Amino acid sequence: MPISVAAIEDAPLMIAGRAFKNRFFLGTGKFKNKSDLAQSLEASGSELVTVALRRIDLERHQENILEHIPKDTTLMVNTSGARNAEEAVRIARLARESGYGNWIKVEVINDTKYLLPDNHETISATTILAKEGFVVLPYMYPDLTTARELVKAGAATVMPLGSLIGSNQGLKTKEFIKILIDEIDLPIVVDAGLGSPSQAAEAMEMGSDAVLANTAIATAGHPAALAKAFSLAVAAGRLAYLGKAPRQKDFADPSSPLTGFLFDPLDPPIPSNPGRESGDLEKGGSTPPFRFVPRNRKAISGI
Amino acid sequence: MTTPYEIKTILADRSREKTEDLAQEAKRLTEQYFGGAIALYAPLYLSNYCTSHCTYCGFHSHNRIPRIKLTEDQMHQEMSYVAKTGIENILLLTGESYNVTPLSYLKTAVGVAKQYFTTIALEVHPMATDEYQELFIHGVDGITVYQETYDRNRYREVHRSGLKSDYDYRYATPERAAKAGIRQISMGILLGLADAAFDLDSLYQHLKGMEKKYPGVEYSLSFPRLRPIKGEDFVDRGVDDITFIKIICLTRILFPRVGINLSTRESPGLRDRLLGLGPTRISAGSNTSVGGYTIKPPEEQDPQFDIEDTRSVAQIVRILKEKNFDPVFTDWRFVK
Repeated sequence: MPISVAAIEDAPLMIAGRAFKNRFFLGTGKFKNKSDLAQSLEASGSELVTVALRRIDLERHQENILEHIPKDTTLMVNTSGARNAEEAVRIARLARESGYGNWIKVEVINDTKYLLPDNHETISATTILAKEGFVVLPYMYPDLTTARELVKAGAATVMPLGSLIGSNQGLKTKEFIKILIDEIDLPIVVDAGLGSPSQAAEAMEMGSDAVLANTAIATAGHPAALAKAFSLAVAAGRLAYLGKAPRQKDFADPSSPLTGFLFDPLDPPIPSNPGRESGDLEKGGSTPPFRFVPRNRKAISGI
Repeated sequence: MTTPYEIKTILADRSREKTEDLAQEAKRLTEQYFGGAIALYAPLYLSNYCTSHCTYCGFHSHNRIPRIKLTEDQMHQEMSYVAKTGIENILLLTGESYNVTPLSYLKTAVGVAKQYFTTIALEVHPMATDEYQELFIHGVDGITVYQETYDRNRYREVHRSGLKSDYDYRYATPERAAKAGIRQISMGILLGLADAAFDLDSLYQHLKGMEKKYPGVEYSLSFPRLRPIKGEDFVDRGVDDITFIKIICLTRILFPRVGINLSTRESPGLRDRLLGLGPTRISAGSNTSVGGYTIKPPEEQDPQFDIEDTRSVAQIVRILKEKNFDPVFTDWRFVK
């Protein structure tokens, strides 16, 4: 039996006023050739890609990677290679001057062995770039304090790493990403280290707003197949997250759904004899109408 | 960390199975961390004046070759030619002469190079930190300096005079460059000078020390093999193809994210087979003589070393694509 349409309707993910129906974002590095990339984009239906400015062939010797990215896909240039905030800011400005838009993934890494981001410099770069009107999506090590600073700095999302870039180790930082999901009111986009679609599903199931992956797709034997698998996994994880959240009676007090009836005069009192008609009592045993309210308000407001 | 004994054992094991195992693991890691990307670069020799006597090098101070140094106009001529082939990553080289090619000359060369290339590296005489700092601010992204051999006795034997004979000063050069802010540092050993296992282990230790102290630098390693030079019969310790391939693979396995450079010293066949097993940057369309691209006719050229892979940039790009690799011309650009 074919899989039917989702039982729960989800709002698109809103970032800086743009709506993303597909919560899988694709990194464009490491592909063996441009057609693998183009096919992966098409197969996944991804609506946002990231490209390292260091690799963009501004001099046009070879086919430009950007020629393979559909015009309606959001392009997010990343500041890969930047070792500090100053370098990240310079790269971002050059990207905008070169006509690549103002969506920037701030990637500040002063560590070529592990490729771990420098949270402190990331905050600095985000502060400057957000003031200059960039849409900043900062890549960071999942630390709550840093995330709070990034919110203050004007970031559009927070992008915590799952594990080391290219490691395919999955959600090593799971518990700390969960904290961000609970405490930070920006979209949480898990980026780096996701080596399989199941890991992407896991990230979405616990409440992440989106996932970005590159290595696992670009280095696969059939990149387009993996790209599609990731996209499906992200959708599946998202559906599972939405579906798991408890539903709520539309007239109930959300703070005490189980025992509110003891205190709330609007709740129908317990019938002493279920089924006996008595004045304004409802017939015992009937089920009041339910309205779905997910645990996290971001789920339906799409914030 | 792999011990010197283990490295020796690995290199000594010449069985087919062990060699294949190493290659398979190296392939997996190279693909995982670099995908199909192979960056292209070309060397451009500015000067062959040299005050050091390194017995294995075509430019050494006692070698009777015509000495030349490019003028600014000649730099434009040579660089323009190389740039037209598509190369964006240039490695500028000189012999070791502080008088003939001082900092000011190098800055002039870098100033010209910036008009043609997006990434500039230098392989020149070791300099002080403040000199590297000036070069970094001026636009130099990378410094290449090989210790050649870490065997002090052998080092003394083959570096007979000149500043290069100072082992410790040379050893500390990567650190001075890193302190100055240089973002890419290439280190290496000249295979065939001394015991390969010893030099390999020493190089790894040197790199590990640098990684710990200067984690923000993009490191790469080179493993040039000794080639015959004009005017010298040089007895080398022969690193054959099997050992060479194992050195590349082992390096990839032990340092998954470090770059590995492969020059045109090696034959086309070997270079092609090494693709995917570790190398991340290869030279193409190379000439190792001063003025060799456009100024000196072939019969008048004095190369630093003989080139085995004489394929043009276009040919290399075609081969890379046929083998499903992604040729990368630009991997960084100096952004003011």
